[in-house]
Amino acid sequence: MDRADTDSRIREQIAPFNKKGVTITDGTTFQGDLEFDSLTVMDFVAAIEDEFDIIISMNQQAEIETYGQLVDAVHKQRPDAGTTA
Amino acid sequence: MSDGIMQPDAPEELEGGTADLFSKFDPLIKMREGLLSTGQKDPFSLVMEKVLSPTRAICNGRDTILLGTYNYMGMTFDPQVIEAGHQAMRDFGTGTTGSRVLNGTYQGHKECEDALREFYAMDHAMVFSTGYLANLGIISTIAGKGDYIILDIDSHASIYDGCKLGDAEIVPFKHNDIEAMEKRLKRVPEGAGKLVILEGVYSMLGDVAPLKEMVRIAKEHGAMVLVDEAHSMGFIGENGRGVAELQGVMDDVDFIIGTFSKSVGTVGGFCVSNHPKFEIMRLVCRPYVFTASLPPAVVATAATSIRKLMQGSNKRAHLWENSRRLHSGLKELGFTLGTDEAQSAIIAVIMPDLEQGAAMWEALLEEGLYVNLARPPATPANMTLLRCSLCAEHSEEEVSTILDMFEAAGKATGII
Ligand SMILES: Cc1ncc(COP(=O)(O)O)c(C=O)c1O
Repeated sequence: MDRADTDSRIREQIAPFNKKGVTITDGTTFQGDLEFDSLTVMDFVAAIEDEFDIIISMNQQAEIETYGQLVDAVHKQRPDAGTTA
Repeated sequence: MSDGIMQPDAPEELEGGTADLFSKFDPLIKMREGLLSTGQKDPFSLVMEKVLSPTRAICNGRDTILLGTYNYMGMTFDPQVIEAGHQAMRDFGTGTTGSRVLNGTYQGHKECEDALREFYAMDHAMVFSTGYLANLGIISTIAGKGDYIILDIDSHASIYDGCKLGDAEIVPFKHNDIEAMEKRLKRVPEGAGKLVILEGVYSMLGDVAPLKEMVRIAKEHGAMVLVDEAHSMGFIGENGRGVAELQGVMDDVDFIIGTFSKSVGTVGGFCVSNHPKFEIMRLVCRPYVFTASLPPAVVATAATSIRKLMQGSNKRAHLWENSRRLHSGLKELGFTLGTDEAQSAIIAVIMPDLEQGAAMWEALLEEGLYVNLARPPATPANMTLLRCSLCAEHSEEEVSTILDMFEAAGKATGII
């Protein structure tokens, strides 16, 4: 599985939370650009965790500010993660 | 991505080029100024000028019914409890001036821990200076780097702070959602230490946790379980041991955290446990070691109060009557409540927004009723709540008066 696959699955999950239809790039920030509040963060994180069957702890969440950082963090946790980034 | 405090893009420069560390509070300062500029009385700076009883005080020169104190069993003015405090102060002085592990363990601290062991029928009891410190100390000491803490997202601030201090991986799940908890337990890496943290009663909405299922699942996944029973001691469960007792899972709970600041009627916190190695906590738990112990009068009042709570079944029944009457009365008046029926002694009235909630809070105070105003971000789903907590000493007539006051204030502010 390559990073592009992880990316596209996260994109699908983010759509219902992207109320304003912001164009998402690796540099898009959750708090600033997407205006996620704490409740949205909770629901969105749960959706990603369920999609990939992983844990994104609050400690990890604190390090993730941009969309690209999230894709990297999720991709790293996939047991079948390939090296072709 | 975490819910950090918004920071202005360019921090304000003070003279000499030092950034003002207070600029991160600007949004909150602005929000408060906005609220208070409308003429709204500040809900967070009320002064009780005189306290007459567990249910009455003088606020702004007015006789006020207290309905937001967590003084569930009304022990604060119990004559025997007060006498025990007087006696201890005369015999042992005003304070210990020291840590529990140095010069701060008096006879009274031991007796207080004995009373807790008896109350909970558990092997070990450890008294802390507050409930906040009990959560901070126990959680941070038992769950460290590399361990996983699975906890309800609506957990009390002292639980979150304990998690952070210990540096464990913090994994919250949706409030009271059994399936969400189980999914996360399953995902914890093999071999990692696991601690599940739950509360018996959640203090914002007054709802109870499905401990029976949650504790069973936690145990099936090899996790230790800590339950904070701050809001259930003395009146939930056959012996008042809390929701874990009511739901029959006491034997599977590894640690119960509690406080003296609610039903017990003074200040202090504790942890009770049957863990065979529990006593080592007294040496390794920093929020126990590096702070002064409770004053003699406090532990004496706590011990006396805890022993009286063991025999409090009449008071318990009356507290439940009060809670059910207030709940059904408010519902009939048309208020939106946090739970469908009374599950605890906390009844949360959901307000449309902060402005109307603050206005309703002030209208009630003018009627002569004090309730707790809870606002975002401390509340679940960013709700504004008027939290009412009942006391076993509220009379039937007082509950009727309270309902009349809610009706008048609700109509005056247009909420009902
Ligand atoms: C669930 C819960 N745990 C712990 C505490 C802390 O207790 P204390 O007031 O003794 O610090 C409180 C109350 O403030 C609480 O509501």
